[in-house]
Amino acid sequence: MFSAAMLGILVTMFLALIAAVRGPTVFDRILAINLFGTKTVLLIAVSGFLMGRPEWLDLALVYALVNFVAMIAVLKFVRFGNLARDDVEPRG
Amino acid sequence: MTALLDVLSWIALMSGVAFCVLGAAGLLRMPDFWARTHAAGLTDTLGAGLILVGLMFQAGIGLVTIKLLMILGFLYVASPTAGHALFRAAHAHGVAFSEATLGIRKWEDGSDRGSD
Repeated sequence: MFSAAMLGILVTMFLALIAAVRGPTVFDRILAINLFGTKTVLLIAVSGFLMGRPEWLDLALVYALVNFVAMIAVLKFVRFGNLARDDVEPRG
Repeated sequence: MTALLDVLSWIALMSGVAFCVLGAAGLLRMPDFWARTHAAGLTDTLGAGLILVGLMFQAGIGLVTIKLLMILGFLYVASPTAGHALFRAAHAHGVAFSEATLGIRKWEDGSDRGSD
């Protein structure tokens, strides 16, 4: 059962990678990579149950937090052109 | 009892995986960015939620279920927040609509009703 779920999640991640490579604008790519990160959280959780070690859920939780922060950081970089200064005008 | 929990867990896991694959297929098939966001939102809410609920049926009551609930709660807060930031940034950049999406808008205005 867990192997089937892992296979489905891996298929989803592969499709998200194709969308990230193909997407015409940078926002399509960010959308696909965000989906990829969410599916990584699920993959870690399911694989912990598959290996009989549900303690890996801690890793999944940390990955969810890191994924969210990275997503906001990439968006800020796309919008402002840098990450540190706050005196620049947003693009567009 | 255990067999019933196994069946419930199997149903939740498989439907969650099906929603994930469908959302990823929508990400590839939809015409423009604004339509693709709907497909991505489907995998973040129904897909992740059903898979985590299926794992909760396997874990039973305990610390593991609390951790799963923490992951679920965080995903349900963070994913719409990240999505909102992404859509705002895309809107500020003026990402283009496709012809199909604009057709719906035209129909809502009443300007071109009946032609399509």
